[in-house]
Amino acid sequence: MTTPGYVFGAQIVADAQQIIGRYPQPQSALLPLLHLVQSVEGYVSQAGIAFCAEQLGLTTAEVSAVATFYTMYKRHPCGEHLVSVCTNTLCAALGGDAIYGRLSEHLGVGHNETAGEPGAVGSVTLEHAECLAACDLGPVLQVNYEYYDNQTEDSALELVRALRRGERPDPTRGAPLTGFRDVSRQLAGFFDGKQSDVDAPSAAAETLRGARLANERGWTAPVMPDDAPLPPVPEKK
Amino acid sequence: MTAPLTPVVTKRWLSPRSWAIQSYEQLEGYTALRRALAAHPDQLIQLCKDSGLRGRGGAGFPTGLKWGFIPQNDGKPHYLVINADEGEPGTCKDIPLMMADPHSLIEGSIITCFAIRSSFCAIYVRGEALHCIRRLQAAVDEAYKAGYLGKDILGSGFDCDIVVHAGAGAYICGEETALLDSLEGKRGQPRLKPPFPATSGLYSAPTVVNNVETIASVPFIVNGGSDWFRSMGTQKSPGPKIYSISGHVELPGQYEAPLGTTLRQLLELAGGMKDGVPLKFWTPGGSSTPLFTTEHLDVALDFEATAAAGSMLGTTALMIFNETVSVPWAVMKWTEFYAHESCGKCTPCREGTYWLVGILERMLRGDGTPADIDTMLDLCDNILGRSFCALGDGATSPIISAIKYFRHEFLALCERQPALAGAH
Repeated sequence: MTTPGYVFGAQIVADAQQIIGRYPQPQSALLPLLHLVQSVEGYVSQAGIAFCAEQLGLTTAEVSAVATFYTMYKRHPCGEHLVSVCTNTLCAALGGDAIYGRLSEHLGVGHNETAGEPGAVGSVTLEHAECLAACDLGPVLQVNYEYYDNQTEDSALELVRALRRGERPDPTRGAPLTGFRDVSRQLAGFFDGKQSDVDAPSAAAETLRGARLANERGWTAPVMPDDAPLPPVPEKK
Repeated sequence: MTAPLTPVVTKRWLSPRSWAIQSYEQLEGYTALRRALAAHPDQLIQLCKDSGLRGRGGAGFPTGLKWGFIPQNDGKPHYLVINADEGEPGTCKDIPLMMADPHSLIEGSIITCFAIRSSFCAIYVRGEALHCIRRLQAAVDEAYKAGYLGKDILGSGFDCDIVVHAGAGAYICGEETALLDSLEGKRGQPRLKPPFPATSGLYSAPTVVNNVETIASVPFIVNGGSDWFRSMGTQKSPGPKIYSISGHVELPGQYEAPLGTTLRQLLELAGGMKDGVPLKFWTPGGSSTPLFTTEHLDVALDFEATAAAGSMLGTTALMIFNETVSVPWAVMKWTEFYAHESCGKCTPCREGTYWLVGILERMLRGDGTPADIDTMLDLCDNILGRSFCALGDGATSPIISAIKYFRHEFLALCERQPALAGAH
């Protein structure tokens, strides 16, 4: 049995307590806690499971049952970067399957496998993802959950080559690229107040298309009345 | 007569740094909250009922009615949970909304909490939507600093806290009771209903679960009133709606139009079919809604007319596929998705989706027989209505509708004709 405190120092214990304090009931903190331990080790290890169990007063079996249910918790050490290619129907029809195939061939790895020594600079874990909710921008992929929209086989290959060289090309929508462990910490709710990350790009042309078109053509919703009445307080039945 | 496009929840998206509280406040932001806090909570529930607002997450349940189900003076804490776990294939409206205008969701959440007498709201955001989570967290922090969240909001005596909660990659958590289990730190598996969340939701307490677009509409209804909201859309499906158009069109994107707009009208706004290649099939509201074809170009895309035409409005996720795409191939891909995302709790869905994938993959390899079509329909019959939750039902939608409209393509596969590739 690993001693949880060995891997997870005093800061992580304090972070865990802060997470637990956000919720009316402690167990609600389990998902963010799993993101937190993943930010330390690059995956959810047995030590990570034991740590979460200890913080919440659960058994390791209870925590394992949860950790293995969700695809974002990695059971093996993840690369510096996680590349997720949408291969759901629409993206696939637009080229997503071909992109995934090309990256898999280039990296020499399959789904949930890592090129390079996991965690080392330039290491990349590849996965095919289900719909990433950016269908108007398909085919899409994500690196560490930041969006790279309107991809082609060539653009995706160039992106992955750059990642392997240790470079960090900017996403189309999202903050400047960091690493898988850094974003895991953000998913646990720790953003450390970087306003530049908050202000990083979001609105693609596609996102704004309807609003822009309406603006150009002078189409609007009906004008709101100045002082719309609220209904009276309903009588109790 | 309303305009073809009626931007309401998407209108602020064009403003510089629309996600920042300063921009939001300059654009009437948090004025609805002041108005709401001066009212009686029951007036707000009644207003929401009067507006006819229906849930934008897929089911279309009347929002005010849902709020009204929360028992009052029951001595229990009440909760509001925002379902921001967008993941239905084709659906891509809540993520841009939360990125561009997170404060509208926050303001709507505070108003809703006040109406249902809740002082805690959790926004359950899909984990893969990191930039939304980042923006929402920043917006929540801003709202606390400005006194819109926390204790004694704007001197009203009302307290409200919001926590932004990241999911961890499970489509099933978009199902409201699975989401609640997940938010309680468990495996995201659906619960037996009844009891419904309104009486036994988060921590077994009365809970409202609403979609992002639904709650982001609330401040506009508070400011504009129910008659204004009803001046868009149809009698039973009032209001504007974000139609997300993706796939083989010239100008894919988010188009906010009155409910009841047709695909023909939307296609015109989206520049028509890409490169002029004709339309073959489409979904009105995500992959869990039965496919439509060129026959359905003039169906009014509201809850009633879409259902009457044999599908469902769902999330108004219009995935458009042209003639180059093989229907059986598309259906196989979707079915692989449902099999992957089936939570495993109930047998019809867990086993049914597994066997459907096996049959479809075999047919696509050219090893199918016409009897496979009947076997699939039989399997679907054992899943639809017999599964624990709507995921299983949804999995049958593409298959049953594809066989209804494109049986010849499945038969053609049995003649060892090469399956059309995925289209390029």
